[in-house]
Amino acid sequence: MKNLALISVLLASFTLIGGCKSKPPEAPPAPAPASTADTSGVDNAGATAGDTDATMGPSGELLSKRVVYFDFDRADIRADSQTVVAAHAAYLSKNPGQKVRLEGHADERGSREYNIGLGERRGQAVRRALALSGVTEAQLSTVSYGEERPAAAGSDEQAYALNRRVEIVYLK
Amino acid sequence: MRKLKFCLGLAALVAAVPAFAQLRLTITSGVTDPIPIAVVPFARAVPADGGLDVAQVIQRDLESSGRFKGMARTDMVFTPTTAAEVDAAGWKQQRTDYVVVGRVSALADGQIRIDAELVNVLTGQRIFGPYFIVQPANLRNAAHRVADALYEKIIGVRGAFATRIAYVSVDGKPPTQRYELYVADSDGANRTRILASPLPIMSPAWSPDGEWLAYVSFERRVSAIFVQHRRSGKKTMVSARAGINGAPTYSPDGKKLALTLSGSNGNLDIYLLELASGQLTRLTDDPGIDTEAVFTPDGSGVYFTSDRSGNPQIYRLTIGSTERPKRVTFTGGYNARPRISPDGKQLALLTLDNGAYRIALQDLTNGTVTVLSKGRQEESPSFAPNGAMLIFAGRERGQGVLQTVSVDGQTSARLDADAGEVREPVWGPFLP
Repeated sequence: MKNLALISVLLASFTLIGGCKSKPPEAPPAPAPASTADTSGVDNAGATAGDTDATMGPSGELLSKRVVYFDFDRADIRADSQTVVAAHAAYLSKNPGQKVRLEGHADERGSREYNIGLGERRGQAVRRALALSGVTEAQLSTVSYGEERPAAAGSDEQAYALNRRVEIVYLK
Repeated sequence: MRKLKFCLGLAALVAAVPAFAQLRLTITSGVTDPIPIAVVPFARAVPADGGLDVAQVIQRDLESSGRFKGMARTDMVFTPTTAAEVDAAGWKQQRTDYVVVGRVSALADGQIRIDAELVNVLTGQRIFGPYFIVQPANLRNAAHRVADALYEKIIGVRGAFATRIAYVSVDGKPPTQRYELYVADSDGANRTRILASPLPIMSPAWSPDGEWLAYVSFERRVSAIFVQHRRSGKKTMVSARAGINGAPTYSPDGKKLALTLSGSNGNLDIYLLELASGQLTRLTDDPGIDTEAVFTPDGSGVYFTSDRSGNPQIYRLTIGSTERPKRVTFTGGYNARPRISPDGKQLALLTLDNGAYRIALQDLTNGTVTVLSKGRQEESPSFAPNGAMLIFAGRERGQGVLQTVSVDGQTSARLDADAGEVREPVWGPFLP
């Protein structure tokens, strides 16, 4: 019976989160920042994974919340996250020079590249919500890490719930 | 036509250093009546053989196939090193069907010669005598080649022990993890690091000649696809377009990659990238997620994952055809990450089976689906080049481990890492 429930949740969620019609990919992005990976076989001493830190961006009760969580196999923004997204939308509308990167994530279940797709859907959902509230496209970019960068370790629902998320990252 | 910009990565002189840590192989189940075989310790060539126990490598290879049961050395009454010295009647009493004997010898030019002889105990006949001449550094590979030859002589199918696997290793606790890409022998030994990064590395894929690896790296914080020459470490970024650059796999002629691009609007579709020219051809155009393409062995089409029907299923399209992709999987609500067998007759995939993510085989002629694995959270199946085994990622005590299973489901083995977790194994081609 558990499986039936799971499958019906799957089916319901996929009908809910259909995307929009696609267009061909765009030209390659601007030149990359220096690579942090190495093929020398030597440890990459001093390399860090972030170009931002938590102190970047606005403060305040809602604005300091930078993570939007999602239900299993869903990409719609839950009611409990609407106010957080709205607060960021208002701030970004007032500060059109400020850019954010929306980092989409999935929990670890299922196929890795398919989960990259699910993370992207979540990032795009937050992007659309911000854009509808007046944030310009130039302020927004998305990246999906799928299940590759979990926030929490573990293979239980508690960890999964923390890992299904979009992180709003304020850029310098 | 827009020419793709090829950016040369940090090409280092020393591409890869062998690590001391190894994967450890454990056979977890085998056939009910494995063939008894005695692999007698070979005559050594000290110090040229570097202390390698050639007979042990051969025995472990044969046992890992699940088709053989090697005799314990403590049970061996005799230790011949040539077929002429094998007392068949004596071995017959010890209930073994075959005896393997051999010698490692140092040649005047610095190379090493490895001789093996296979004796059928029932007839007393020496039935086979393969030998290889190699540089000392390649002695282990030569031992795998002996195992390949013995396996083929007895079973009738080419062995795939002298092949390599690539896999991703992850160490550290979230959110600070360290990602590495490794290549190792098919038994997990001889591990060599290809790439290390504080940001995710995923989806490694072998070129058909085994010289190159394509992979996805987030080292620029966003995804990009690289191809890297295995020996020199020379690395070329071949796709860094807006949005997702994912799921690369090589065409059978090695000239193209199938890959997944999303553009900035986030819609994943399958494309073909010609490596020499950078020419890009779109293969799918659907608002759903289309990803994880893999070429058919003849290169005429690709199988891929798509959730265009509402949940992920496998589809097939013919390159250059205007026909809509055909759905291939109909059993269960989740089928993803297809891989095609070398003979093109079987599809390995990830399926949701009774609430667990498991590896299954679908027979493409009659549609029969067989679930091969028993875990809760498995992924990334990849065929051995002889089509007899699959390697995939599973979990053991919460850590990612590599597992192998024979296509008949009877034999399975596990490759544990000494630290961190290992995942996304891909089996390389036969070596020349």
